[in-house]
Amino acid sequence: MVDADMEDSEKKAPSVIDRYFTRWYKTDLKGKACEDHCILQHSNRICVITLAESHPILQNGRKIKNINYQISDGCSRLKNKVSGKSKRGGQFLTEFAPLCRITCTDEKEYTIFSCIRGRLLEVNEAILNKPDLLLEKPSTEGYIAVILPKFEESKSVTEGLLTREQYEEVLTKRNQQEEPC
Amino acid sequence: MLSLKEKDRPIVRKLLCAGCCVRCVLRFCCVGTSSAYRRSYQDLHKELLAFISEENSPQSHDASGEEKSSDAPPNKRMRIDEDSVTAAQTDSDICPVCLGVLQDFCDPGFAEQVSDAVKKQQYEFDSLVLTVSLPAQLSVREHSCWLHVKKESMCLGKDDVIQVKDAFKWAVQGKIGQELGAAVVANSPCEVSISFIHPETEEDCHFLYVAVFLSVSQSVFTRMAVVKALEKISEEKFSRCVFSVSCRYNKFSRELPQTPWVIDGERRMDGSVEELIAAPLLSSFRADGFNFSSSGREDVDVRTLGNGRPFAVELLNPHRAKFNRAEIKQLQETINQSSDKIRVRDLQIVTRDATSRMKEGEEEKTKTYSALIWTQKAIESPDLEFLDLRIAQKTPLRVLHRRPLAVRQRLVHSMTTIYLDKHHFTLKLCTQAGTYIKEFVHGDFGRTKPNLCDLMKTDADILELDVESVDIDWPPAIPD
Repeated sequence: MVDADMEDSEKKAPSVIDRYFTRWYKTDLKGKACEDHCILQHSNRICVITLAESHPILQNGRKIKNINYQISDGCSRLKNKVSGKSKRGGQFLTEFAPLCRITCTDEKEYTIFSCIRGRLLEVNEAILNKPDLLLEKPSTEGYIAVILPKFEESKSVTEGLLTREQYEEVLTKRNQQEEPC
Repeated sequence: MLSLKEKDRPIVRKLLCAGCCVRCVLRFCCVGTSSAYRRSYQDLHKELLAFISEENSPQSHDASGEEKSSDAPPNKRMRIDEDSVTAAQTDSDICPVCLGVLQDFCDPGFAEQVSDAVKKQQYEFDSLVLTVSLPAQLSVREHSCWLHVKKESMCLGKDDVIQVKDAFKWAVQGKIGQELGAAVVANSPCEVSISFIHPETEEDCHFLYVAVFLSVSQSVFTRMAVVKALEKISEEKFSRCVFSVSCRYNKFSRELPQTPWVIDGERRMDGSVEELIAAPLLSSFRADGFNFSSSGREDVDVRTLGNGRPFAVELLNPHRAKFNRAEIKQLQETINQSSDKIRVRDLQIVTRDATSRMKEGEEEKTKTYSALIWTQKAIESPDLEFLDLRIAQKTPLRVLHRRPLAVRQRLVHSMTTIYLDKHHFTLKLCTQAGTYIKEFVHGDFGRTKPNLCDLMKTDADILELDVESVDIDWPPAIPD
């Protein structure tokens, strides 16, 4: 199945994400060039919000200075608490609800958005202590948040999003136009 | 004339409608006059019918029914009662309570038959004691009838009801004594013994086998045993027979869910462990339905090896309750022959209380697993010698839609590895019950800490998982 002589193997079998999730994308959030998000939708309808590989934070060796979940005076995503099976108490988010603000060492600031409608279940506190996780493993351990769409909206929640193929077309077009990010 | 009272009316009505013979009706009305039982059947029947037709005032507390009928002319009511009662009698002539002992056998003809048989023996005696032996199932039917009648008359004690044996003796002993020219007394060297058997209804006692006898090793339904069992059994258990069959199952398929997989009314995958095991049980025990419970469960793509996982099927209203060891073994074989995807062992009938044992201590029990691991880094000799490793698992994303969000502290008791190649090895682990193995391996977005990726400092994934053992020693093993 796998060439055991290779030092680091490129696994031929599907990964955890391949097995359980569908990748969806939202590009140029709020008109800002290249601020792309990747939404991992589980077969049970739960969505994990992550940075797409083309996001500026992940380019040019940038380092993270600060991650802030306090998105306004009255609202901190860290205070989000859900209880019970129906996840009562979780903050309800719409597509452009901010999740957090990330400041890099070069003083550039970026806001990460929900991208979908749903109840916020949790934000990733591990990246507060170890921001490098976000840079090294943006699709797994460096995730931003977990959101639970309404049951009735399970399918429709991804209607405004791009598939992997459509996302790759966007990237191709950008390369052709040589847009810096 | 029978000395029946107002309060007896609903009892008489209820029993006649149920098809009871007239002498059983008298017994449940506590008629203690021996001469009453010597009257002819037709005579008694006529008087009872007349009794229930006498309607002075509405009997029942049920307002809705009575309001209408009290307006109806009395004659109409009388006819309705007679019809329903006589209909019940002709549907099945045999009394469901005494099975006919207090019907034809109380006629003078039978007493003559008995006397003739005794005379043939040519013994000389001037006194005799009459003993009667009745089949054990009469006790069951009596108990059942008493529960039925108790609803009309709350304070009717079981001891107040006249016993079948006494009623029978009152009916026949006079005639027998007369025919044989001897006095029927309490003590005499001459004993005339009449034994009744009714093979057709012997199975009546069998449900007691499971409800009560299982705790005592009793397989013969002597009358004494049945009477004692009836004393012990609660009314609820007597009225609704429910018991459980338990066993341990192996699952050899990676495409079989434990319970039926249905989403939005659509079946996602054919078959299930539950259906493969319950179907033969349902038909053998002729039950109306079942409930299935198990000590934990595994995913569709996980095999269950070793001794298997304990589980129980609760059978609702089984029409057949008695199975001997050989029949249970045969049933186990039938299930095993029906599919190569599962196998069951230690199949046995258990008391209802025992099924809770399966669930108890679920947190403390341990399970052992075997997992096929892939690592991104090339590893020559996987080094995972940990004992009692504490891990914290947030509710895995794959079940988070139906479970509360929480952090679970779990123990991985031990781990050993078997090298396969630079990127694969078999991991054997023994963990506390309730540990999510798959998430321990790949980390679930870092939400299980520490995970195998952390411990081995490489990306890792789980390709296959088998349950090697579920460490609960219940149900008890049945040697082959």
